[in-house]
Amino acid sequence: MSSVLDVVLSSAFLAAVLRIATPYLLAAFGGLVAERAGISNIALEGQMLSAACTGALVAGYSGSVALGAVSGVAVATLLGVLLAALRLELGADAIIAGIGLNLLASGGTAYAVYSLLDDKGGTSGLKSGSLPSITLPGVENVPVLGDALSGQNLVTWLAFLAAPFVAWLFYRTRFGFHLRAVGEMPDAAESVGIAVRRVQYTGLALSGALAGLAGVFLSMGYVSFFVRDMTAGRGFIALAAVFLGGLRPWGVFLAALGFGAAEALAVQLGTLDVPPQLVSTIPYVMTLVALALYAWRRKRRGRAVPAAASL
Amino acid sequence: MMNEPWGKAGPAVAARQVTKTYANGVRAVRSVDLEVPPGEIRAVVGENGAGKSTLMKMFYGLEQPSAGAILVGGRPRVLRGPASAIALGVGMVHQNLMLVPSFTVAQNVVLGVEPGRRGLVDPKAAVERTARLAEESGLTVDPRARVEEVSVGMRQRTEILKALHRKARVLILDEPTAVLTPQETEDLFAAVRRLRDGGMTVLFISHKLREVREISDKVSVMRAGSLVGTVATADATERSLASMMVGRDLSLDVERSPARPTETTLRVRCLGYEAATGQWLHGLDFDVAAGEIVGVAGIEGNGQSELAEILAGLRRPSTGTVHLDGTDTAGLDVAGHRRAGIGYVPEDRLYNGAALDASIADNLVVDRHDRPPLARRGVLYPGAVRAHAEELIGEYAIRTPDPSVPVRALSGGNLQKVIVARELSAGPRLLIASQVTRGVDIGAMRFMYERLVAARDAGAAVLLISADLTELLGLSDRLLVLKDGRLVARFDDTTGLTEKRVGLYMLGVEEHGRDRLTVGLDTLTAGPEDPGETT
Repeated sequence: MSSVLDVVLSSAFLAAVLRIATPYLLAAFGGLVAERAGISNIALEGQMLSAACTGALVAGYSGSVALGAVSGVAVATLLGVLLAALRLELGADAIIAGIGLNLLASGGTAYAVYSLLDDKGGTSGLKSGSLPSITLPGVENVPVLGDALSGQNLVTWLAFLAAPFVAWLFYRTRFGFHLRAVGEMPDAAESVGIAVRRVQYTGLALSGALAGLAGVFLSMGYVSFFVRDMTAGRGFIALAAVFLGGLRPWGVFLAALGFGAAEALAVQLGTLDVPPQLVSTIPYVMTLVALALYAWRRKRRGRAVPAAASL
Repeated sequence: MMNEPWGKAGPAVAARQVTKTYANGVRAVRSVDLEVPPGEIRAVVGENGAGKSTLMKMFYGLEQPSAGAILVGGRPRVLRGPASAIALGVGMVHQNLMLVPSFTVAQNVVLGVEPGRRGLVDPKAAVERTARLAEESGLTVDPRARVEEVSVGMRQRTEILKALHRKARVLILDEPTAVLTPQETEDLFAAVRRLRDGGMTVLFISHKLREVREISDKVSVMRAGSLVGTVATADATERSLASMMVGRDLSLDVERSPARPTETTLRVRCLGYEAATGQWLHGLDFDVAAGEIVGVAGIEGNGQSELAEILAGLRRPSTGTVHLDGTDTAGLDVAGHRRAGIGYVPEDRLYNGAALDASIADNLVVDRHDRPPLARRGVLYPGAVRAHAEELIGEYAIRTPDPSVPVRALSGGNLQKVIVARELSAGPRLLIASQVTRGVDIGAMRFMYERLVAARDAGAAVLLISADLTELLGLSDRLLVLKDGRLVARFDDTTGLTEKRVGLYMLGVEEHGRDRLTVGLDTLTAGPEDPGETT
């Protein structure tokens, strides 16, 4: 047991948590923005996957990591806009449309990789490079945290900045104010002259972009290749974090970080003498337990609408 | 926001030969000419479907006229949406309030026109602005309170402040008093008069003629899409307005003989209920006898809905007993309640009064489709179902081309007739009628009143739950008042009782003592502690 504690308390573990939580955080904030805009973005998974694939392919063919990352995020943004269009213009159910986009992304990425590289597994044959790591000067001197923070990927830094950014966006900006009104009471927003659809399109584009950043991190963060279905359900776990976090930015931040910690634990325990199959279920079991807890708490409170933090 | 300039003279708002034809061919508004000068309170009345809402929506940019012109500030305008109406100084308070529940009052007031620089919202300025507007207009609100936690009256004041924040010069109020108590209504009227004296033009949509008489300077009457006429309020009576609205002489006063109550049909003792939503009922004791109408008054959300649903068997009481003709209804399911002789007209007929996509005929048999003459040995006889429907359609004057029409296609009044026909034709011992005339036009309203009185005279016990005090006082032989889930008043004689007086009890200003509430009731205890006495 003491070996487990040693692992958990090490700065290497903390570094792993930050790294592993990165896609959860970004995707969860993407889900949060969409949810608060009134359209559930269940297509986070597909947006991540498309961004991961596009990023690796474009970076590999163009030789520019930055161009790859931007292209990946752009594709996911477009998928967000597409989901909004399916919902708003054609009246499709957002869940069904989202499932459709996920299936499209799964099949589409595999097809693209196969037809371009003649490889059914991924883009490992393509030299695509990865996004830079960042070491702030002097950060390694901070006790405990220093080693964990030092050398984290650019996207990880962005993921942690996303929490204050989304909180600021929601509660301080006019756009966030309108977005929350639109999501909660579209008729009220419309009656005061807010362009409801425009707000929802923008929200879904932002949602897709955040999911895209999460996807780009997967194929261009610590590895430099795309693997078929490499998101492995992270988009759905992120969606769970959205609700577990009570639809509030800092709540979602903690929930996503929690899922990251659970997965990091699973990875670390895998090096110990614990059955790996059991260990790999930890993040998913934790998701179920957390969602059950959330439902129970909400039932006790008897309120469905999250009270937004005051203006 | 800068308002666009208005012309110097002329009406604040006007419609010139305005016609609105919907895509499905329905002509909701026909060649209407209407002019409202600045600083006037103009009531617009009419039955449901008379076109008054459609006309108002055109003034607010929610609908565009098919022909004719809308004038604001003396000039013809094209209003593409609420945003352009707001920019011209037109504000509208919708019947179902358009507020964001989790936002504060101040946040709702400034929504869409927030103070602050460069895309940011200044929360302090929002609160200050709201407080100042509230003080200037006399519309008292708590700027920092969350809308979901404030009273309906304050929500409505918030809506008006919203319009004032947008510098509205024309205020459209769509049935603003539907959810208010008499006292709140008076406060609202006082504030509206103050606004008018400050130069505001007010369009007041209502079907409560008494309130129209009280608040307006002039009344415009619409019928079937056309403007029938405009009269000075001082020259109009409720009766003259009603006959203009329906096109024939019609009074809403129901002639009813004094009740002749016989034996106790419904006996409620110590009824308590705790809902997950936090709505409680505490220790209710009352009787309803065969042959009387007992009204239940109260501000909406004080337990009336829960009471009705408990009596109909849709919810189970936490404590206490309900007896119908001496039978304990505990342990009966909803069908059991119906078999025991309970009829129920639910308050939300669209939600649980009818199956909207099913036909009139099917809706009329949902409680009796499993027995003769409609069915034998589990097989339904479509011919009998149709004959049954045709009979009731005739008897209850339901306006429809055919029994196979889905009830969704019916007007509010006709849909309600289908439900009332089903409930009354079952011959209930007890009829629970919840908001029977909500959203129903005057003709159908009168019809409902007559049917309720007829059911009473035929020996049914009637429990009438309504938000309309005029209706309660007009129909009830006795009246109960609910406040915070408790009975606070009981009037055994409703003659001479005024709305204002009942309003004091609804607000909790006055309260009857327990002696008065329970006088004449037998055995007040119920429950397992003394089973001997409850029989």
